[in-house]
Amino acid sequence: MITKLAFRNIRGAGLRTWINVFILSIVYVTIIWFEGLYCGWVNQAENDMIDWEIGGGQVVVAGYDRFDPFSWDDAHAPLPASVEQLRVDGQAAAILVSSGVVYPQGRRQSVLLKGIDTRQRVLAIPTDSMAVTDGKVPIVLGQRMAHSLDVQQGDSFTMKWRTAGGAFDAGDVTVACIMRTTVPAVDTGQIWLSLEDLQRMKELPGEATYAVLAIKSEEPTTPDNWRWEDTDFLLSNLRAIMKSEAAGEYIIFAMLLFMAMIAIFDTQVLSLFHRRREMGTLLALGLTRRQLIRLFTLEGVLHAVLAIVMAAAWGTPLLWYFGTEGWKLPEFYDEYGMAGMSGTLIFDYSVGLVVRTIILVVFITTVVSWWPTRRIARLKPTDALRGKLS
Amino acid sequence: MKQALIEIRDMVKRYPMGTGEFTALEDINLDLCKGEFAGLVGPSGSGKTTLLNIIGSLDVQSEGEVNVLGRAIRELDGKGSARLRSHHIGFIFQTYNLLPVYSVYENVEFPLLLLEIESAKRHRMVMDALEWVDLTDKLKSRPAQLSGGQCQRVAIARAMVKKPDLVLADEPTANLDAENSHHILRTMDQLNRELSTTFLFSTHDQKVIQYLRRKITLFDGKVARDEQMNGVA
Repeated sequence: MITKLAFRNIRGAGLRTWINVFILSIVYVTIIWFEGLYCGWVNQAENDMIDWEIGGGQVVVAGYDRFDPFSWDDAHAPLPASVEQLRVDGQAAAILVSSGVVYPQGRRQSVLLKGIDTRQRVLAIPTDSMAVTDGKVPIVLGQRMAHSLDVQQGDSFTMKWRTAGGAFDAGDVTVACIMRTTVPAVDTGQIWLSLEDLQRMKELPGEATYAVLAIKSEEPTTPDNWRWEDTDFLLSNLRAIMKSEAAGEYIIFAMLLFMAMIAIFDTQVLSLFHRRREMGTLLALGLTRRQLIRLFTLEGVLHAVLAIVMAAAWGTPLLWYFGTEGWKLPEFYDEYGMAGMSGTLIFDYSVGLVVRTIILVVFITTVVSWWPTRRIARLKPTDALRGKLS
Repeated sequence: MKQALIEIRDMVKRYPMGTGEFTALEDINLDLCKGEFAGLVGPSGSGKTTLLNIIGSLDVQSEGEVNVLGRAIRELDGKGSARLRSHHIGFIFQTYNLLPVYSVYENVEFPLLLLEIESAKRHRMVMDALEWVDLTDKLKSRPAQLSGGQCQRVAIARAMVKKPDLVLADEPTANLDAENSHHILRTMDQLNRELSTTFLFSTHDQKVIQYLRRKITLFDGKVARDEQMNGVA
């Protein structure tokens, strides 16, 4: 009965109802849109990292710390037999790491050298490009690194490195390919060359620093001087960064919800003020105070329920477009160096996300609708009939 | 002897005013029986509406006993008084107090929704009530689209639709012209005779007074006179 009355009341309120419903529908769609953007970004970033950097996990030599440059030159060993077999089977890519210095156009810049199997198909690094060219070592750079060195495809410059014996050696390299990737960890400050070339330059034949395994690989058996790092471990830093990025999203949600709730709260307070006589009449006709509170609260909640329908009507095509066609990011997003933030971002919405958003908005609307109606508990019917709020 | 629908004994009603109290009603003793067509008559401030509100369980007396349909008003909790109003009492107000966003039909239907009467029966009862007040052609109109007389007739239909034991009408003709006043008074008189519904008015309008069959005159919060009348009809 109360539901029927509440429907009649908000239907009768006309334009005021539809303005509130429209504002709430914007909140629903915007929250889902932002969450879809965020989830799409996380997915794209994780997928790109898997495709370009971490594969299905890594077997890493003891002593190698990717964040400690002092460990780079000394952490290497022949691959364990089990990993070597995977490599032969095309299920692993061996990578040797070394520090180095390059001198493009007379400038000096420290770099991280990574030698990788040229026949590998585990990572998206364009290793096919590392074919031998006119006696100079062919290298592959990410576009941020190329921009940083101010070099183009085909340019040559001098590179210096330290051999396993501790001696410094130098030679010329040629930029064979500039790759476009969204993963900064394979781009910024890095130069890729063939594993054979780097092993030769470092005088470390048959040795590697780590091996990237193909997706869905099992943990291989390894000797004590190698350790296994699975994808969850390798993605943990990215996920931590994404979590901190999510804080910004929540602030936007909170602001949107706050604005919508102000509209609902305002409507409720105005209703209580304008409809004093009506409240008195309803009490005189036999409604209890509790029913009256329920009626006014439900009217507020019904705004949120109607907004679901309105949001579905105009929001579904919009969200569907971003979920299938995606959002083509402007070129300058590449410069931000954020994993996943490049090209076309496909939004990702889950049923859980939609349900969570609906529950959140309906719950907050309920609280905001109920809060001002507490005054009804103190309402004297005789005052209300005279148009007074007691 | 008829059984009393309303019994009031030594009733006093005081309101806080500033640091002291204002006595609105004092030493009220009244009995009202089923089927009466009675009025509380007196000048403004004599306590007519206060007494009507207490009988309608919208307010509570300060002292004394008030029993309506065998229920002691003072002892009713919120739910009990709401139940008394929704089941047994119909209200008619000076300013009609129709629900503005509801149609005529929905306004009249409202008390039946509270009683949770099933849809088909509800429809019949609403149509009967609208026939009594001759408004079956205005079912879908909103109160804002009606004249004052039509609004008050909707209010009468709303008060009568559940066939209550008692109708309390607070200055029902105060906002109406003479023709409309007589129209609605004749309607109420007819309903009183046909359905034996007890009507209690609060009024100082001579047009109403001439229809009454019992006139209870209040002056300064006390019953000054209680007399039987013939009524116009």
